[in-house]
Amino acid sequence: MQDGANNLHSDESNQYVRQLANEKYKYGFTTDVHTDIIPKGLNEDIIRLISEKKQEPKWLLEFRLKAYNHWLTLQMPQWAHLNIPPIDYQAISYYADPTRKKEGPQSLDEVDPELIKTFNKLGIPLHEQRQLTGMAVDAVMDSVSVKTTFRDTLLEKGIIFCSFSEAVREHPDLVKKYLGSVVGYRDNFFAALNSAVFSDGSFVYIPKGVRCPMELSTYFRINAANIGQFERTLIVADDDSYVSYLEGCTAPQRDENQLHAAIVEIVVHDRAEVKYSTVQNWYPGDAEGKGGVYNFVTKRGHCKGMDSKLSWTQVETGSAITWKYPSCILSGDNSTAEFYSVAVTNNYQQADTGTKMIHLGRNTRSTIVSKGISAGHSQNSYRGLVKVSERADNARNHSQCDSLLLGSDCGAHTFPYMDIHNDTAVVEHEATTSKISEDQLFYCNQRGITTEDAVGLIVNGYAKEVINKLPMEFAVEAQKLLAVSLEGTVG
Amino acid sequence: MNAARQYIELYESHVEAICRHGSPVMNALREQAFSDFKRMGFPTPKHEKYKYTDVETLFSPDYGLNINRLSIPVNPYEVFKCDVPNMSTALHFVINDTYLPARPVPLPDGVIAGSLRDNAEKVREYYGCIAHTSSDAIVALNTMLAQDGFLLYVPKGVVVDCPLQLVNILRADVDFMVNRRMLVVLEEGAQARLLVCDHAMNDVHFMATQVAEVFAGRDSVFEFCEFEENHEQTVRFSNLFVRQEGNSQVRLNGVTLHNGVTRNTIEVALVGRGASLDVGGIAIADGREHIDNNIFVNHQVPDCVSHELFKYVLDNEAVGAFAGKVCVSHGAQHTEARQTNKNLCATKGARMFTQPQLEIYADDVKCSHGASVGQLDEAALFYMQQRGISRDEARMLLMFAFVNEVIDLIPMDALRDRLHLLIEKRFRGELNACTDSARHYQGALSPDNGETERGLQELKSRQAKRKGQAGLDYAKARKELQELKCQGCNICRQ
Repeated sequence: MQDGANNLHSDESNQYVRQLANEKYKYGFTTDVHTDIIPKGLNEDIIRLISEKKQEPKWLLEFRLKAYNHWLTLQMPQWAHLNIPPIDYQAISYYADPTRKKEGPQSLDEVDPELIKTFNKLGIPLHEQRQLTGMAVDAVMDSVSVKTTFRDTLLEKGIIFCSFSEAVREHPDLVKKYLGSVVGYRDNFFAALNSAVFSDGSFVYIPKGVRCPMELSTYFRINAANIGQFERTLIVADDDSYVSYLEGCTAPQRDENQLHAAIVEIVVHDRAEVKYSTVQNWYPGDAEGKGGVYNFVTKRGHCKGMDSKLSWTQVETGSAITWKYPSCILSGDNSTAEFYSVAVTNNYQQADTGTKMIHLGRNTRSTIVSKGISAGHSQNSYRGLVKVSERADNARNHSQCDSLLLGSDCGAHTFPYMDIHNDTAVVEHEATTSKISEDQLFYCNQRGITTEDAVGLIVNGYAKEVINKLPMEFAVEAQKLLAVSLEGTVG
Repeated sequence: MNAARQYIELYESHVEAICRHGSPVMNALREQAFSDFKRMGFPTPKHEKYKYTDVETLFSPDYGLNINRLSIPVNPYEVFKCDVPNMSTALHFVINDTYLPARPVPLPDGVIAGSLRDNAEKVREYYGCIAHTSSDAIVALNTMLAQDGFLLYVPKGVVVDCPLQLVNILRADVDFMVNRRMLVVLEEGAQARLLVCDHAMNDVHFMATQVAEVFAGRDSVFEFCEFEENHEQTVRFSNLFVRQEGNSQVRLNGVTLHNGVTRNTIEVALVGRGASLDVGGIAIADGREHIDNNIFVNHQVPDCVSHELFKYVLDNEAVGAFAGKVCVSHGAQHTEARQTNKNLCATKGARMFTQPQLEIYADDVKCSHGASVGQLDEAALFYMQQRGISRDEARMLLMFAFVNEVIDLIPMDALRDRLHLLIEKRFRGELNACTDSARHYQGALSPDNGETERGLQELKSRQAKRKGQAGLDYAKARKELQELKCQGCNICRQ
């Protein structure tokens, strides 16, 4: 009887699986817009060309060249639990401008209507008056920022929110002071590459004592083929300020892999708080693992001031390969850091993601909650470091890493590192690995909940702790995304 | 690479002498091991597996080696007695890396407990079979240099009731290197218990590499307890490989009480359905002691169970490292794996590195791991102080309770009781009971034998150091030694 019931469930879930598997990647379209693409390849001339196109000051070009020369000495890191096919860095074009204008557009009228249509299709409104969500957006396509909304409203409060290129032109002192201060160009292979060729991104400065009245957001879109996107985000929260920042991303459906290597740097001063949320939905490749975006990102925040707080929340559903470790350096006394992550991998996706919590100041606290969900033939790894230095008295960390396996061909791995150099530290790490049990499904079925709803319910319940940390609009999107991203639900 | 060079040259110039004193079975693997070692050299801290132990530096000193198998002047069977009460064991000795013929202890028919060199032919198909030289330089080094060791062979269906005890004694007048092997073969349905004790006798630098291979056949039961009681100048590299067939049960316990630098690598392959594994470990370190445990459990087939529990107590500037990896292979459904590592850092200078890792390729599994680093509970300390227990005593009680969880896993009752006492003494900073064994050793030797005395003096001065009375001079220690009397054991009575 029991067996029969189980078989019935399996059949039903299989059907649901097939149905889900047929769901197309919603954002896989391309926009037909004239794009100014520079020749493929990477050398000093290309870097000079990018710098020239962006009319950059000399110091920035020097920064790029230094990073490039350092990059030449480095090799691709091999330590991650990923199988990365060799990448030909000479076959990528490092700059693509779909706005056709030499300078960023000043008003909406000047933006190509195709681009506006694209972002509308993606659910990112670029019209301020039509804006309902109370969110300021910086929309970046390929290598250029298309439009930044609500800039003037924000400027009234002294908040600077603009594209990185504008920041270099208009606020060179701030950029010069903070660029590379958290993620130096020597940090790692992809950080060096990004420092050499980065194109656009967002710059945020919240002045002393200001609480940012709306969510700030950057939307990254890759459109052109054979290009890499290398953007840089720099957020500076001055004393007693607060900002919540969101990041979203999508790319067209293509058979070849595209490289995305970004850097995010966050500086948090005394008593300031930054909340950084990501819903990553790059094209993950098809069911056979063909195509998809390589997402090799370096994200790091520096809790520089006393009582500062930084919170990373990420929902990772896209990308063929993810290599991403949003980290926190807790150097201010009493500073706090959080990392909440849901990473979903399906088909042949690979993810090696996690965080680093470097405790340097006294009475610092950090929390890590990581939920991995793997299905299909995917590999999902958590990799994290908690380091408590000698002078970080009374440091406290709690890490919780759970993995949910849906299907017998996928893998879930946990690689935590704990380096403790102080006797007053209290550090805990827990991890579990499990699958959705037949009992849970059966219980839901008994109560009239269909298997598909039950699976959705269980997965959402499992990820709730993280999703609850997301701002409202993102949370809804993330929940939907979770349901769509999952294919295998058979226990 | 320089450190590796001296061993390459040593091997090249003495290969004949090494082979002359080894058995053909052991000699057969030397050339391959040598070429592997030459290719790899010693691992650097950049090797993930040896991240926390600087192998190159540890192997750099010029250690003496007993390649020509010079005879050892003492017979420990006459002078050594392990004084664990209520425990009778079949005692075996390996002095440095040489097995000493045992007193005949009645063992069931067909059981071999003795020299690996002399009995190697019988276990030809097992030697070097799971300790691969191609992936670990230290295993390669050991394989190319090892000339003898201990062999335990239990034939099909035989149950050895009496626990076997192997005492590894390090004894030399100069800085000395020892490369020893251990091979345990339990055929189908066999059962055995083995207790291994490591003791360093002399006040010189020792380097001991040990490669142990354990084959647990179908339905076999093997209990293994390893106990390290060395001094600060000892470096120990132990590689233990275990292969478990269906329904076999293996328990491994490691206790590190005193050591210099210790690196224990354990690799267990669960290759038969229904196999179960328990690994327990205690490490108590102070001064500049360094303990690095690296455990890899590979669930290759369904329905296996593995539990790991490791606890560290670190004082002064001690360094502890734990890396545990559980790998569940594709298709190894219904695996249950649990891994726990808990650590107490008692002083500011102590450092702990822990990496509890899971690598899982099957979905119907129950796997978990937990790790924590912390201090003693202030509330508990305060509670006890309120009730008239001194702070030191309260600390001791809590630390004892902390490690007791692992001791309780040890199946031999007598040994467990003894360990309770030893660990309590260890926390009190007193000489521990294994020194009593050394007293017997001392008593039976002629008074002119300064070697043992030096070892004892070293132990005593360590005690003094721990009590904060540094500067206890040699003469005083000698005088104390003369007054040292055994409390009436069998040996002295005779």
